[in-house]
Amino acid sequence: MLRYTLRRLLGAIPTVLLVIVLAFVLVRAAPGGPFDDERALSPEIEANIARYYNLDEPLPVQFFRYLGGVVQGDLGPSYRYRDSTVSGLIADALPISLRIGGMAMLLAIVAGVGIGIVAALRQNSALDRGVMAFAMLGISVPVFVFAPVFVLLLSVKLQWLPAGWSSTPGLSKYVLPVVSLALPQIAYIARLSRASLIDVLSSDFVRTARAQGLSQASIIRYHALKPAMLPVLSYMGPAIAVVLTGSVVIEEIFGIPGVGQFFVRGAMNRDYTLVLGIVIFYAVLIVLLNLIVDLLYGLIDPRIRNR
Amino acid sequence: MQPLIRKALGHHTILISGSLLVIIAIFAILGPLLSPNSFEATNFDNLRAPPSIAGLHLFGTDDLGRDVFVRTMLGIQVTLAVACIASFVSLVIGVLYGAVAGLVGGRVDALMMRFVDTLYALPFIFFVILLMVVFERNFLLIFVAIGAINWLDMARIVRGQTLSLKEREFVEAARLGGVSMPGIIWRHIAPNLIGIVVVYVTLTIPQAILMESFLSFLGLGIQEPRTSLGALVDNGVSHIESASWLLLIPAGLLALILMCFNFLGDGLRDLFDSRSST
Repeated sequence: MLRYTLRRLLGAIPTVLLVIVLAFVLVRAAPGGPFDDERALSPEIEANIARYYNLDEPLPVQFFRYLGGVVQGDLGPSYRYRDSTVSGLIADALPISLRIGGMAMLLAIVAGVGIGIVAALRQNSALDRGVMAFAMLGISVPVFVFAPVFVLLLSVKLQWLPAGWSSTPGLSKYVLPVVSLALPQIAYIARLSRASLIDVLSSDFVRTARAQGLSQASIIRYHALKPAMLPVLSYMGPAIAVVLTGSVVIEEIFGIPGVGQFFVRGAMNRDYTLVLGIVIFYAVLIVLLNLIVDLLYGLIDPRIRNR
Repeated sequence: MQPLIRKALGHHTILISGSLLVIIAIFAILGPLLSPNSFEATNFDNLRAPPSIAGLHLFGTDDLGRDVFVRTMLGIQVTLAVACIASFVSLVIGVLYGAVAGLVGGRVDALMMRFVDTLYALPFIFFVILLMVVFERNFLLIFVAIGAINWLDMARIVRGQTLSLKEREFVEAARLGGVSMPGIIWRHIAPNLIGIVVVYVTLTIPQAILMESFLSFLGLGIQEPRTSLGALVDNGVSHIESASWLLLIPAGLLALILMCFNFLGDGLRDLFDSRSST
């Protein structure tokens, strides 16, 4: 297990490096600087700004200076929020994003697996068909389409739930963002676990268990569930990436002051360092979470780690 | 190919979703031509008018008094165009990359696929946003950027298919019969790839639509006065309390188009799989 862990860890490093290099080069390849749209500046002031942000150094020097900072968790100063560092902005916004993303993931797993199991056990029934049709809807329709529709229906028309963020106290403001963010994942995980459980239930060892007279409930609990959950576990990696992308939209719609909102604001204001920093942060987060999923996978399925 | 087309037409999912898409596309192209309204003419005496026959504002007007019907149709055009061009870009890159890896095989293949694996781990959508920030939301760039990141699945599938085709008896027979390598690729491998490539292109299109509308929704994609379904949904969100049709119409159409493409892709995959398994 230790060797497997180390191998995985080493495998993640090139990906992270690739992200940093790509993102850095992209930003520096930009035609025009981030301060172009302001009043015409005298050359002296421009030179001063360039010196302040180390833009007057050769590119490789800049890159390694930046990389050195990234390794220590320093993503540099923000170009627009003059008094803040990128790392500081992310650190302030992260808890709320994590809370919403984490709640959405949890909801997606619990509801998705539950629905998937029920559908698999009543395969081809009306219930199963209905659930799968709903799942197709959830997979096809993006978050930024049904989240506003939810708001229109549940907040504006029926006024059951609050749509705003900052002005509402209590937990009710979490309901719409978390459910909207989780819904596509619930749909996908339901489909995945249904297909996988049906597959496992037709395998030889389940037939043996059934021949030995085990009840359906204990077959599922002790034999079928664990292997059936492996595809769901390996979907967690991509799911995390999708939830992260979705959170950008959700934070924009509901006005939640999370990392995603800073990302969009930064993108609109051409705050290069902020956008660059958040891209790198997101990439590292995704790679890290993927790593954890991989390790869990190895823990559950010994065939993987001995390969 | 002929019986396959007949079979496709007999397949309910494919037939319904396919013809719905064709109808939507025809409407999107003809609608703006037939309507007396223009997509950018503002009318400040007629702001946020609900859908009505009067003045032929079938979908009402938006916050600047522009006709929503024509704007929505134009949005569909842009959305479909982005999706098709982006899918074409990913088709070309993916098929070439996958075919080369599969045909050459060995160490080159391993290296090429390792590269694809590394790329898989990247959060591409954020790179596209970075691209949009840096290159000023260039219209053409959206097509290329979305296409350039969607080729990974295609490359994997084509590579796998090519590898297995290479070992099949009829290819071996052709090789023994003295057919040249380009001849084998052209006559035996390429025709057998078409089916699966078509299936995966139909599955790539909704992904491209999703990405474009995501960008436009955030205000980073298509820019005013041009519009796309994502941009229209975004505008609808800002007027959610006063003019719900501004949200519901483009949102509904976007959902419908995405579902049609997904059902179409699923149906085609069924068809292709049942053929390959028999």
